[in-house]
Amino acid sequence: MSIIVEQLTRRFSPGGSPAVSDVSFHAPAGAITSLLGPSGAGKSTLLRLICGLEIPDVGRVLIDGVDCTSLPVQQRNVGVVFQSYALFRHMTVRENIAFGLNVRKLPRAEVEARVDEMLRLVQLEALGERHPGQLSGGQRQRVAFARALAIRPRVLLLDEPFGALDTRVREELREWLHQLHTRTGLTTLLVTHDQQEALEISQHVVVMSDGRVAQAGSPEDIYDRPASPFVASFIGGASVLRGRVLEGRASLGSLALTVPAAAREGEAVHAFVRPHDIKLARSVSTEGVTPFTGRVQRFKPVGGFVKVLLRMPSGDEVTVQVPRSEFDALGVVEGDAVRADVLTASVFVGDYAI
Amino acid sequence: MGSLTRRHVLPGFKLSLGFTWAYVGLLVLIPLSSLFLKTFSLTWLQFWETVTAPRALAAYRLSFGASLSAALANVVFGLLVAWVLVRYRFPGRSLVESLVDLPFALPTAVAGLTLTTLFSAKGWYGQYLEAWGFKVAYTSVGVAVALTFIGLPFVVRTVQPVLEDIDVDVEEAAATLGATPWQTFARVLFPAIFPALLSGFTLAFARALGEYGSVVFISGNMPLRTEIVPLLIVTKLEQYDYAGATAIAVVMLMASFLLLLVVNVLQRWSHRRLEARAGA
Repeated sequence: MSIIVEQLTRRFSPGGSPAVSDVSFHAPAGAITSLLGPSGAGKSTLLRLICGLEIPDVGRVLIDGVDCTSLPVQQRNVGVVFQSYALFRHMTVRENIAFGLNVRKLPRAEVEARVDEMLRLVQLEALGERHPGQLSGGQRQRVAFARALAIRPRVLLLDEPFGALDTRVREELREWLHQLHTRTGLTTLLVTHDQQEALEISQHVVVMSDGRVAQAGSPEDIYDRPASPFVASFIGGASVLRGRVLEGRASLGSLALTVPAAAREGEAVHAFVRPHDIKLARSVSTEGVTPFTGRVQRFKPVGGFVKVLLRMPSGDEVTVQVPRSEFDALGVVEGDAVRADVLTASVFVGDYAI
Repeated sequence: MGSLTRRHVLPGFKLSLGFTWAYVGLLVLIPLSSLFLKTFSLTWLQFWETVTAPRALAAYRLSFGASLSAALANVVFGLLVAWVLVRYRFPGRSLVESLVDLPFALPTAVAGLTLTTLFSAKGWYGQYLEAWGFKVAYTSVGVAVALTFIGLPFVVRTVQPVLEDIDVDVEEAAATLGATPWQTFARVLFPAIFPALLSGFTLAFARALGEYGSVVFISGNMPLRTEIVPLLIVTKLEQYDYAGATAIAVVMLMASFLLLLVVNVLQRWSHRRLEARAGA
């Protein structure tokens, strides 16, 4: 069951800038689609519009091809998981999971069977009689999933489901969600500000910024071919190089890159380079060409990598990530000049403004 | 040196416990036991005749009945007020917020006089109500009205912080699971606020039982009809019937104590259920 959103706009104050502005996208059936963006990009509002907790000013929401824009939230039959878990504190885990079934007035035996099934699905069989207060954060979130899935929703909507958990649990649950999705095959919409999460578990990513869709596509598309400076800077922790168009190439210091077709001679350009898209080398000399060199400002080993901050002659600073062994072999110290070979970069026309 | 009890950051458990006993003893226990002692000047038969006199029975009925209805009315409307104050932002909200506490501060006699004026046959409310055949002033309804006024802040102020604690997310989650607004209230919100509501009810009820100042104006104080227990006691005192007054007071005291005890047990039970839920 796919989710199609058409030209959705939601404004919270008349005259103010809309929280969601003319957003259209398609979440394919059976896939995980991520809504990725910084906080305040309108992701959560968009999710609320889809599940019916908000009503759009303009636009339509279609679930499985059926327009449900004006359908009340109770009748949309969508599973929603909130960042805050939103569990019912006075109910046991079982009662929480059974809630959606009980309000539908299903026969008791059927409810019990479904609750057992859900407890098995989220691997909490032993904790059915506990109260949410007696569970860890990760367990609570799994109860929230079980509760949302118990009603056999048409689609699953997740609003920063792992946002309140610590890194290790996050990563575990990410893997768990992946497996859960493989098993249920439910069309899933995941709101997140964590690019790692989005790139790792979704088949489709919608990047949002200022209430609009900045880019939509596969994770590879988003990562390798960012459509705008915003997407390029938001994903992958890229550094910026500034320059001008010279002889049909982007000239960024001693580095020359291909420019977009629309660029005119002399126009300002900027390029985004990801930390691991640069190779460092000791030898500064190359045959005939002035190499792209920078000075090591600072370096810091982080786990298996060394984070190196280079200062280019143009004044731009570039972060480079080098495997530890490679860095040790390089044998550079602060203040040394190193050659920086840029493997890939995304070039955009115009001045870069943060 | 290990100690079996948990160490507290702030010292002085023994001192503060001793003070608590002294304080409660001097303020509550000794005055109340002197009340009991005084009634012992009556014989058992005299006591029984005094406390079961038709006039006394009527007063109990009115006092408990009106206090109960007032407290129940406050549970419903106080919850509503608390809800509006917690969940909505509207112009004049802080005004409403401070108006709620006014019955605490206002001398009860002033409240009684004001209500009597409003509800009397020529008053702002009374003239319309009487045209419809409702009499409020100088009836038991009037007593309940005065007690409702007095008790309003209790329910609002006990429920308000608990409501503030409940995330809107929880209601929204219930809605996405298919719960109607009524189901969300009955199954999600109400169980969470029930203990607080019970507290508010108890406080409002206890306050209403003891209320004197506002009621004497609006009730008309007709024996057997609109005479509340506190007034009956004062009447007896004015007739120098000290033992009779204390006898009635003892009955009142025992009944109130029993009621508060029941509510307390009920509350502890529901609290424990909630605590097991929220606790470690």
